[in-house]
Amino acid sequence: MDISPVFFYLFAGLALGCSLLVVLKKNPVASAFNLVMVFFAFAGIYAMLDAHLIAALQVLVYAGAIMVLFLFVIMLLNADVPSFDLQRSHPGARVVAGLLCAVLLLAFVWAFKNSPSPVEPGQFSASRIEAAGGNTRVVSELLFSEYILPFELTSVLLLGAIVGAVAIAKRKQKVGAGGGVK
Amino acid sequence: MIQQVEPWVVLSFCAAIFFIGFAGVLIRRNILVVLMCIELMLNAVNLTFVTFSKELQHLGGQMSVLFIITVAAAESAVGLALVIAMFRTLRGVDTDQIRLLRE
Repeated sequence: MDISPVFFYLFAGLALGCSLLVVLKKNPVASAFNLVMVFFAFAGIYAMLDAHLIAALQVLVYAGAIMVLFLFVIMLLNADVPSFDLQRSHPGARVVAGLLCAVLLLAFVWAFKNSPSPVEPGQFSASRIEAAGGNTRVVSELLFSEYILPFELTSVLLLGAIVGAVAIAKRKQKVGAGGGVK
Repeated sequence: MIQQVEPWVVLSFCAAIFFIGFAGVLIRRNILVVLMCIELMLNAVNLTFVTFSKELQHLGGQMSVLFIITVAAAESAVGLALVIAMFRTLRGVDTDQIRLLRE
């Protein structure tokens, strides 16, 4: 693939190191900030793979909205004290989890390395996307024509998520004090 | 000097991030970190979609990523609301404190 190896290995190394720190750091705030670094590295790789709209959305939605939500909840719950849960978990469970992940990862790498190259490329080659007005324009036109039904369904999903989040996180009123509200 | 990045290298990198997140879900007890590891796994799958989208020259992968990002935002909102409800009940954010059914 025609992407710059230097920048790819830079971003990939950054993402791998920071994602290991997400898992290994004891303080949830430190995990959250390492996760932000992983999101930015991913946005860089998306931009290199010609997915410009996805790269922008990655920064806006993941590194912006979702991480603010995470940090807000960590601060709200005052849960930013280091928890030594890694030591408290069963040592056998840690070994089994690590081995399982390593074996599955090796299987995936083997499968990716030995799989045949793709059958025939589709119609959206880089030059044709460029001629049609760039990645963002082509993706947006697809989103509002071919994928209009799932696009509308996500708006219903987001509405349901808003109502659900408020209903779950709302403080329950005491029976009697709220005037018959359970 | 490496001249170009093979697609299987990018896909293997995605799998590595996915399994780091998977290991985090398995071994961590703090529910906030578990949710962060789920986000990590979702991101790895997104990058796999984008890689295949580039390799196969088909934009369906990028459309899938758009919808996955939306679903991930909804998921983290509801998940964090559940964390708040859990903290109100248990006064803690560790998953091994959830044993109300056992008592």
